[in-house]
Amino acid sequence: MRDAWLRLRGHRVAAFCVFAFAAIAIACAIGPVVAGALGLDGTTIDTRLGASPPSWSHWFGTDTLGRDMLVRVLIGGRIALVVALVTTSIALVIGVSYGAVAGFAGGAVDNVMMRFVDVLYGFPTIVFIIVVMAVTDSRSLLLLFALIGGISWLTMARIVRGQVLGLRTREFVEAARALGAPPSRVLFRHVLPNTSGPVIVYATLALPQVMLTEAFLSFLGLGVQAPLASWGTLVTEGSSQIVVYPWLLVFPALAMCVTVIALNFIGDGLRDALDPQTRIR
Amino acid sequence: MIRFVAGRLVASVAIVFFVATASFLLLHAAPGGPFDTDQRRSAEVQRAMEQRYGLRDPLWQQYTREMSALAHGDLGWSTKHDEPVSTLIAEHAPVSAAIGLLGLLAAVAIGLAIGVVAAWRRNTWVDYALMSVALVGISIPSFVIGPLLIAALAIHLGWLPPARIDGAASYVLPALTLGLVYLGTVARLARGSMLDVLGQDFVRTARAKGLPERRVVWKHALRVGCVPVVTYLGPATAAMISGSFAVEKIFQIPGLGTYFVDSITDRDYAVVTGVFVFYAAFLVLLNLVVDIAYGVIDPRIRREAA
Repeated sequence: MRDAWLRLRGHRVAAFCVFAFAAIAIACAIGPVVAGALGLDGTTIDTRLGASPPSWSHWFGTDTLGRDMLVRVLIGGRIALVVALVTTSIALVIGVSYGAVAGFAGGAVDNVMMRFVDVLYGFPTIVFIIVVMAVTDSRSLLLLFALIGGISWLTMARIVRGQVLGLRTREFVEAARALGAPPSRVLFRHVLPNTSGPVIVYATLALPQVMLTEAFLSFLGLGVQAPLASWGTLVTEGSSQIVVYPWLLVFPALAMCVTVIALNFIGDGLRDALDPQTRIR
Repeated sequence: MIRFVAGRLVASVAIVFFVATASFLLLHAAPGGPFDTDQRRSAEVQRAMEQRYGLRDPLWQQYTREMSALAHGDLGWSTKHDEPVSTLIAEHAPVSAAIGLLGLLAAVAIGLAIGVVAAWRRNTWVDYALMSVALVGISIPSFVIGPLLIAALAIHLGWLPPARIDGAASYVLPALTLGLVYLGTVARLARGSMLDVLGQDFVRTARAKGLPERRVVWKHALRVGCVPVVTYLGPATAAMISGSFAVEKIFQIPGLGTYFVDSITDRDYAVVTGVFVFYAAFLVLLNLVVDIAYGVIDPRIRREAA
């Protein structure tokens, strides 16, 4: 693990991205509180101000209702990050258990379970989310978590299954079995911990993916609903006014894209550091 | 080969009916019906309208009716537009298909080129620069790129029309927006597999024969190296369909995506199920074609399958 951290630090871009991401996350977590103490919040409507360009009193400008964009972007980041973390965790739990069971059972069970994943892969799962979100007319974040998490586990399942398949015939697993450990203990205590490297890598790479899915749904008006606003919602509001008030699109889009890019670079760096198969190259 | 294709065809038909069943159940479990309005309408009229479309029959009767219609290739009748769903699809799909195809072509052509060059010049600044650009491309969603492209190319420079479909030039921006998102993924896949392929024996043989390096890379290696990209075409098209919802919204294009999203809010049951099933059938068929295409591209896979 120490070894991996050193290798990640050697990957200069990735190391820089870790700090960039940490800075954004901390700013989103405590920024709105600090701004509140300074008398700035994201809800005060000041129609006299209208949409004013960035200035010293409003660094990111204000939206058409005169609300401070900096605070709105920070609060939007909170929602976007929470949605991404929770849904990735859901995807992680489903994907790891599904892949582990398929790989550990092997044979026909494995074959059927993985065919099912193949089918879902070639399927516009997002269309399914759109139908569910639209027909249930739901504004609940919980349903959004469940749905995005429910479609994002496929890659994780494939990776874990591949790992488990390779691990289950190894000597230490046989030793555990020979000592009389029940299958569940063998799987959870001996096999799964050894898959942690790739799991961490793909969880990191799933985060930006999930974030973009949430933003996409919000863009179609089906994701995070008012009064809550995520980066996706803010970008949507801004994109219709890009010619007149460009800062309404530019700042939330910049915040979202920098975060997604940083996470992707971190994931790539982690893969180089942790995934033995790609390390050879 | 014939057995393989036949088996996949049966599975494909089963998947399409599974999708149809799922969307049928989902829509009937949801609150609200296609004839709910704010207008005042007598209960009799309401009943008569629901009767005409068979919405008052028991659920299993509606289900068997819909499925047998589907088996005959009938996708249903739109309650809002009072037209067969297949007519509406035929009307809206061509625009979406044209944009999707152009976007995919651009993404594959440019992405492959980037990936091959990056693999060829691996671990040089060319490789790092190209792969960083690809990663940044993956990270920026179409609904950010789209408005930016409109602002820059259409409004400031005035080179291309900003929205709607009117003449060949108006296809460029939507197709570009749609394609840019997949370009990065194609480039990364191509680089990864080319790195593998360039180290293999047949490439060494080709070089040893004295073939020019350009011919070795672009002809011999690329033929095998592009297999993962061909595999990706299935998922890419699936993603392209959802991408079209955003792109059609940005550019105000009356394609199938816009129409699909609208019919969900209108609770036009038949259209939602019909278009959903249409998408599924299209993708299942496409995946089948992709599977067959492997064998044509890489003879080694053909031999294994036989």
